[in-house]
Amino acid sequence: MNLDAIIVGGGIVGCAIAERLARAGLAICLLERDVLGGVATAASMGHLVVLDDDAAELSLSAYSCARWHELAPQLPTTADYRRTGTLWIARDAAEMGEAARKRERLASAGVDSELVSPAQLALLEPALAPGLAGGLRVVADAVVYPPVAAAWLAQRAVAAGAQVRCGVEVRAIGDGDVLLADGSRLRARHVIVANGCAVPELLAGVPVRKRKGHLLITTRAQPAVNHQLVELGYMQSAHGGDGESVAFNVQPRPTGQLLLGSTRQFDDHNCGITPRLLTRLVARAQEFLPALARMTALRAWTGFRPTTPDHRPLIGAWPARPGVWLACGHEGLGVTTALGTADLLAAQLLDQPLPFDARPYAPARFAADAELAHAG
Amino acid sequence: MPAEVRIRVDGVEVSVPAGCSVAAALCHAGRSATRQALDGAPRAACCGMGICFECRVRIDGVERLGCLTRIADGMEIGCDA
Repeated sequence: MNLDAIIVGGGIVGCAIAERLARAGLAICLLERDVLGGVATAASMGHLVVLDDDAAELSLSAYSCARWHELAPQLPTTADYRRTGTLWIARDAAEMGEAARKRERLASAGVDSELVSPAQLALLEPALAPGLAGGLRVVADAVVYPPVAAAWLAQRAVAAGAQVRCGVEVRAIGDGDVLLADGSRLRARHVIVANGCAVPELLAGVPVRKRKGHLLITTRAQPAVNHQLVELGYMQSAHGGDGESVAFNVQPRPTGQLLLGSTRQFDDHNCGITPRLLTRLVARAQEFLPALARMTALRAWTGFRPTTPDHRPLIGAWPARPGVWLACGHEGLGVTTALGTADLLAAQLLDQPLPFDARPYAPARFAADAELAHAG
Repeated sequence: MPAEVRIRVDGVEVSVPAGCSVAAALCHAGRSATRQALDGAPRAACCGMGICFECRVRIDGVERLGCLTRIADGMEIGCDA
């Protein structure tokens, strides 16, 4: 069988691309070396959130969230899609000012939000600590259980004619083919590399670094939390420097459990818990939700965000290798942006009108570095 | 006869052997489940060594692991954690 495209990596991004291209009528084979959605996808929170740190992030995340909301009625109940909204929390007047600016930026992308006073905040989320300055409520944001959503996208791809092969490791990317671990080769016109943090194993010079994070989930208990709660200082943590950082980010699960984040560290490739960071995560969460002190932690785990130097994903052709496309480097926003990534990549690959400007995500912005890497 | 202690399980007073774990005490008291899943399915101690968290119970109002907690006279145990 002649394949139009091979997709390397069955995380939520690879699965979304397989689904999109299979529906467009292409002959697709998705290769996953372990299980679908088993790595960063499984470790993630599944917060479908519009982020507005820059215009590119805003257009990709707003477009993608809209696509998720369209798909929602078709998702299986086990995908746990729920419109919790996001409540961005301000601790002081300066952060309230940031909330107002955020509202304007979101509005520019057609995303509605409302400023929340301290009194409204206490009504919306009685478990929050007193003395907070208010916040910004984004009603449309949602949560989803990522591994189930990824597997469901893969199922839709298969229903549209795609092959999905798990337990198949790609060792190298050749010219118009891939070399599999068993020594065989698989040919296709296009090879789409969507294997997250593992991209540099296959393509030298693609600037993706691991950024470790911790999550913790509690048992079912009070306090009830209604929205995904994120401190407005989160973006500073997410996009700040290379040092360690911690930001309050809590998600209510449909079970009544609370999922607590978030931490960030570069240069720690050990997947074990870093007690120092987990302790900071819990302490930070307790500043906002004092009742957490009486709750029981059920599990904690880590994951690695695939991060690029400018914190924007790589979506498009990789100039260093004709026929090779990248869909990687989504950092902590891969679940949210999987659907927009798939549409943008498909439009480029099929030479169709783009859903939004592709240039900010063009891998070519790092191609000069890649040339140097090859030369070196 | 081994020594026994009196405890209450979901409000019902029972005698169980002193010195055993709360998870074991619940078995002695004829309780096969320590808690319920969201769909109502019964859950009980699986690993017995503090890993699976399936034996969590409410002891004197505080959520604890039944397998890692020694029974004590007068404990109030709730199987609703």
